[in-house]
Amino acid sequence: MSKFLMNHLRELESESIYVIREVVSQFENPAMLFSGGKDSIIMYHLARKAFYPAKVPFPLLHIDTGHNFQETLDFRDWLVEETGVQLIVKYVQDSIDKGRAAEETGYNASRNKLQTVTLLDAIEELKVDCAMGGGRRDEEKARAKERFFSHRDEFGQWDPKNQRPELWNLFNGKKNIGEHFRVFPISNWTEMDVWQYILLENIAIPNLYFSHEREVFLRDGMLYAKTPFIKNKDSEIIEKRIVRFRTIGDATCTGAIESKAENLEDIIREVAATRVTERGGRADDKRSEAAMEDRKIEGYF
Amino acid sequence: MEHEITNSAYLDMELLRFTTAGSVDDGKSTLIGRLLYDSKAIFQDQMEAIERASIKKGEEHVNLALLTDGLRAEREQGITIDVAYRYFHTPKRKFIIADTPGHIQYTRNMVTGASTANAALILVDARHGVIEQTVRHAYIASLLRIPHVIVCVNKMDLVDFKQEVFDGIQHRFLEFSNHLDLHDVRFIPISALLGDNVVDRSKNMDWYQGPTLMYLLENLYISNDYNQLDARFPVQQVIRPMLSEFHDYRGYAGRMASGTFKVGDKVKVMPSGFTSTIKGIDFWTEPMDSLTAPQSGTILLEDDLDVSRGCMIIPAENGIKQGQDIELMVCWLSDKPMIPGGKYALKHTTNELRCMIKEVKYKVDINTLDKNYESKNIGLNDIGCIEIRTTKPLFYDSYRQNRITGSLIIIDEATNVTVGAGMII
Repeated sequence: MSKFLMNHLRELESESIYVIREVVSQFENPAMLFSGGKDSIIMYHLARKAFYPAKVPFPLLHIDTGHNFQETLDFRDWLVEETGVQLIVKYVQDSIDKGRAAEETGYNASRNKLQTVTLLDAIEELKVDCAMGGGRRDEEKARAKERFFSHRDEFGQWDPKNQRPELWNLFNGKKNIGEHFRVFPISNWTEMDVWQYILLENIAIPNLYFSHEREVFLRDGMLYAKTPFIKNKDSEIIEKRIVRFRTIGDATCTGAIESKAENLEDIIREVAATRVTERGGRADDKRSEAAMEDRKIEGYF
Repeated sequence: MEHEITNSAYLDMELLRFTTAGSVDDGKSTLIGRLLYDSKAIFQDQMEAIERASIKKGEEHVNLALLTDGLRAEREQGITIDVAYRYFHTPKRKFIIADTPGHIQYTRNMVTGASTANAALILVDARHGVIEQTVRHAYIASLLRIPHVIVCVNKMDLVDFKQEVFDGIQHRFLEFSNHLDLHDVRFIPISALLGDNVVDRSKNMDWYQGPTLMYLLENLYISNDYNQLDARFPVQQVIRPMLSEFHDYRGYAGRMASGTFKVGDKVKVMPSGFTSTIKGIDFWTEPMDSLTAPQSGTILLEDDLDVSRGCMIIPAENGIKQGQDIELMVCWLSDKPMIPGGKYALKHTTNELRCMIKEVKYKVDINTLDKNYESKNIGLNDIGCIEIRTTKPLFYDSYRQNRITGSLIIIDEATNVTVGAGMII
């Protein structure tokens, strides 16, 4: 008998494709949340592999805070054009205009938390019964206990004490009317797996991930990009530095790191050597010890 | 364990999933913390966060156990609610730990974590030896057919690293596990707190010549863990592109549950029993010669057959069991006890059907492993042998032979909650 062995990336890939196909089989109106970050890019890549040569049978849903890096939007539009997928964009600004969400004020104002309102409204309006997200269990400790198939009640809330046991590869997506599911196809991937897979599959990503010169300023020990969305204090010095981003989120709370990593090989070496988690660069997680847990319970991504 | 990821080395890395079982205070969290810490899977900001938390709690040392403390509800109540997943890697393997809490009432969590594991780590406190919970953990590993079991005799530092203690525990474990269905059991004397035999070889136990825990995890032979004998391909869905360039394309998408299919293989589609030949195997843009578990792919057949989700493709000459009266071992996962005669929904591979609980044959006392034919109430965390009748025939293998085609879940039709985990006998 010949020895057969899949490497860890191919095994993770196979598992994720299995999960995405289960979603399409078990739900009537699924959508895939897409932010333009690397996790949602590989998730969409896996979806294309799952259904090829057929088209991806669900739309991408982008919850747009309005505080984006232009490079992310350009990349998103290029990808949609190139692969012919349907894209739906819902704007946090609309939720604010309708009085559904209130803008934060002050120097640390962010629309990151407001996305939850827009997301839940979009799920209701579009009658989405399953929203796939690129969350990974290695990102944060509240995520370590998340299921692949995560049940949400009629208010879109996550009850960590009342999640269904997940055994073998049997996923239970049964639900009552008004409830929905969040499904996380890349639950078992780590940051390193994602980067290795991008290299292995030669997947295009926004150039924000690679080292470039940019105007930045230092706040609370973190580098932020100078953007029109952040109010700067007089004491903050804006200077040009060679930086890149480890995660791409809302521009008001995504930190940059000084880096000379110009290609994927450089990034992988940098990730292997780094001693800080990637969410360590996200101001949204620093708000309290249970920041992510609180946002998840409310219905965050 | 300093290592650099080179651009091709990672292509040879394998994936190993293991579960950890131990009772309260036997050092399980410390062991996991040590594996993560020594393999550099713990980052500086995570370490600083637990340092802060340890100081806040007034603890003397950095409490590595806090790393595996997930939700605020758990921190407040000082308990672990659920299975948590942890990740680390070495140059040889990527590891996924299903970390399950050890309390008596959490059999359901251990069963959940065990269902996908290649290996189980069972912790035994050297001072206490084999206790009821050890028996239970070994039984669950056997019931769920985890291919490899590693018994870590922990806290050896507290028994002066004495070989007699280790030998005694090994002897006692083998004595009762002889009655179980375990095939590969290893024993390692360790001290998770001090690091002896976890990643580095112990300087205090010259009498132990075996591998360290990390060496074992990196070198367990796992490629036989997927049943290499009977090919099984449950169809997840039919791919019909409806595009002019793929006009007549009709492929069956799924993931190999076990075995291998090659192009040209004669196959049979269950439940119809019609036979055909594999015309092609597609994955993304490249056609493949073969598909081996656990790969996902799309199979194309020579003949136009009626194939849909829930069908299974098997070798033409190979049989699979079929029937509506199924005997199985069940672990109950819900507060609401099982209702004899009750009707439930059921999921088996990609099939969904209904069933009725016909009979409870016996309940297992998981501390003594005795079969109880008198008490037949199956409640939360109970394990029993039952017979069900399904609304249509199930095609299956016994769980002993195949963990995918031999497993099923039972679902409460009123609440849609998964209430039972079944292993077909």
